Amino acid sequence: MQSAISVRNVTKTYEEGASKVPALQGVDLDVFPGEVVLLMGPSGSGKTTLLSVMGCILRATSGSVRVNGIETARLSEKELPSIRLEHIGFVFQGFNLFPTLTVGENVELALDLKGVRGEKAKKEARRLLGLVALDQKYNTFPSDLSGGQKQRVAVARALAGSPSVILADEPTAALDGHTGRAVMQTMHDLAHKHGRAVVVVTHDSRVLEFGDRIVHMEDGRIVPSRQEAEMVRIPPMAEVETFPAAYQA
Amino acid sequence: MTLTGIVFSIVLIVVELGLFVGFTVTTSSIIDRTNADLWVVSRGTPYIEQGAPFPERKLYQVLATPGVAVAEKGIVRFAYWKAADGSEQSVQVVGFDPHSQIGGPWNIVAGDIQELQKPDAVMVDEIYRQKLGVTRLGELFEIAGYRGRVVGFTRGIRAFTTTPYVFTTFKNAQNYVRIGDDQTLFILVRAQPGTKVEDLQARLRERLTDVDVLTKDQFSRMTRFYWMFTTGAGIAVLIAAVLGLVVGVVVVAQTIYATTMDHIREFGTLKAMGAGNGYIYRVIITQAVISAVLGYAVAMIVSAFIVHASQSGGAAILLPLPMAVGIFFLALLMCVSAAVVSIKKVTHLDPAMVFKG
Repeated sequence: MQSAISVRNVTKTYEEGASKVPALQGVDLDVFPGEVVLLMGPSGSGKTTLLSVMGCILRATSGSVRVNGIETARLSEKELPSIRLEHIGFVFQGFNLFPTLTVGENVELALDLKGVRGEKAKKEARRLLGLVALDQKYNTFPSDLSGGQKQRVAVARALAGSPSVILADEPTAALDGHTGRAVMQTMHDLAHKHGRAVVVVTHDSRVLEFGDRIVHMEDGRIVPSRQEAEMVRIPPMAEVETFPAAYQA
Repeated sequence: MTLTGIVFSIVLIVVELGLFVGFTVTTSSIIDRTNADLWVVSRGTPYIEQGAPFPERKLYQVLATPGVAVAEKGIVRFAYWKAADGSEQSVQVVGFDPHSQIGGPWNIVAGDIQELQKPDAVMVDEIYRQKLGVTRLGELFEIAGYRGRVVGFTRGIRAFTTTPYVFTTFKNAQNYVRIGDDQTLFILVRAQPGTKVEDLQARLRERLTDVDVLTKDQFSRMTRFYWMFTTGAGIAVLIAAVLGLVVGVVVVAQTIYATTMDHIREFGTLKAMGAGNGYIYRVIITQAVISAVLGYAVAMIVSAFIVHASQSGGAAILLPLPMAVGIFFLALLMCVSAAVVSIKKVTHLDPAMVFKG
């Protein structure tokens, strides 16, 4: 099976004045469609940098980054946004919803970026919000939503345009345990029911059960992890808040 | 908040520029509102208030010059007004012939121009009523020991020196400013239709000695230049206008920049979602244009009140249409320029910030 994201011998070095700070040092990683990869490690270990490199937001200093087979290292700065737009959906720790737009408009904006506008965009936005059971909040402003609801809107927004890769940065950090698990259940379903490749950066050990693989990072490198060896796929828990089962994205 | 900053800036610019325009227009309003093509003045007269007497027989030389349609004597000079209660006030006496079609007051709101033909009759502007101690039409006063009577009021004829204009007949004015019966300060000339003003000016210069012959524009410009640049008052107003403009530009730039920076995270999110720089430029520029248009609209409403209120005050704030249009484009330019500065910041966003909580 072709990997959705393939990272080979990637390095990333930040230059801070005269000194150089290595953030990634020869990282290799494949993420396949239909799996949830949890990216874990201490602060400063390079998780977010790796997520940024995989998301074509940061350029690697050296190495190869392929997204659905496309070598992004050779693409120009102007070409990278179109890779993000077409292949990748992002979910952020702080939700990053646009506060002056309604829930529906937040999703419509993501669709607008992909060239879907007007009635078609409204219909699609409502469908995506339906996937996270928030279509009834279409005209609500983010400030009137709970943290969990905001993150579910962010997930719906990330699904706009049906990207094959979902990159999530600490999606449960701002949520209570129950809500966090619900969001992770959504991530899990996206991978297992809809074949998306999902990468989640997390410190939250409560969500380990939703990952198919744990990739542990330290000092810019992927290191063997005890949890990874012990990792087993655990079915979604019955007490977790559930969203509509039939994801059609 | 953004709108408040833009409105404040535009109103500030309107007030400062409006004062400057008001000042400029007021200094030469008598010349500009007098429908004479040419002004004959004593040699070396630098501005209207500085006219020196010369023999009025030159009027006949002017009238005998081919191309002259109308020529009339005129006076503009400082004098002292003594109110009924004995208080004194400096005024500028404007003497003209009420029978003629040249010179005289405009915007008459009480009385009639023909009433000026009555003995000792004058008209003053209503904004100076209190200053001159005039409570009603028919009020008596003295100038240079001669009696006068107010027969009408004008509106909006203010003198930049704050010394009120007193319109009266040429004969009265001669008495009020104490020049000889056979003297005048100006001769106002209108060219016959089809006669080129510059040609007539040249002919008059050939015929007349010891006087200058100036076109209306030349004399107006000289007067404005004198008050603008020779006196400290003009420079002060000019500097205030420039400062108002600079402060306005800075406030708008700062406001737009701060607004964009307030939303930097949202722009970062847009970039992460795959928005190209072009898309983000469009968003920022559109926001700036909307801010400029809304800010301008609100500012113009506020300015209209200020301009209206200034009409009854000591200093005129004018907002002519070309200035209003110019300020619209200035507001647009300020907002878009400030947006362009913030665009640079947005396009150089550290992508990692998007992933921080």
